Amino acid sequence: MSGAMINVLYFAWMREHTGTASEQITLPDGAKTVGDLLPLLMSQSAGHALALKNMAAVRVAVNRNYGDLKTVVAAGDEIAFFPPVTGG
Amino acid sequence: MAVRVQQEDFDVGVESRTLQGPAVGAIALFVGTVRSLRGDDSITAMTLEHYPGMTETEISRIEDEARSRWPLLEVRVVHRVGRLLAGEQIVMVAVSSAHRQAAFDAAQYIMDFLKTDAPFWKAEERGDQVDWVEARQSDSDAHAKWQLK
Repeated sequence: MSGAMINVLYFAWMREHTGTASEQITLPDGAKTVGDLLPLLMSQSAGHALALKNMAAVRVAVNRNYGDLKTVVAAGDEIAFFPPVTGG
Repeated sequence: MAVRVQQEDFDVGVESRTLQGPAVGAIALFVGTVRSLRGDDSITAMTLEHYPGMTETEISRIEDEARSRWPLLEVRVVHRVGRLLAGEQIVMVAVSSAHRQAAFDAAQYIMDFLKTDAPFWKAEERGDQVDWVEARQSDSDAHAKWQLK
């Protein structure tokens, strides 16, 4: 069966740690929320594990709206991880 | 939608005139610039990145919330990205209304929420060193005070 894909984005120092601005991953079996994705994402590389280690310092957006680890994810979603914002 | 994210600089005079209109009695306009002094450090430049698509959505949402609180006429937000040198303009928030209090308050409100919610990130250059700027508690406090009003 072909896996349901999601697109994962990283910004600022999270992009530098993971070494990528975006990656397509297959939604793991049984994964329903952003938090359910973390084990797979952290297994991608040592840099991913470092970037996603302390989720208290990370903000989450699903389809360009703020969410959190409990936000539901589905095939085709765009999930972004980034540090607290510092614009303006 | 009156939000622009761009690399190029903006002209405050030109932007201000686009907010004019027969019902306008007040225009409040805020400009943020690249500060070079950080305590004992000297910042030569900074590079701003953002989340295209989400940035515009978030700022439009902030504008909608401001419009629900004050009788605003026009709202403009221009935010630059890319590498900016010390002293350059970063951001402009401009609001027009019939009277000054709504314009002053709404400009501050939009700026306070932009600081905590719009997905931009700054990296500062000190000599050869480049560091991501950390989020400031004072910005969260500025955001939080609006919940009480």
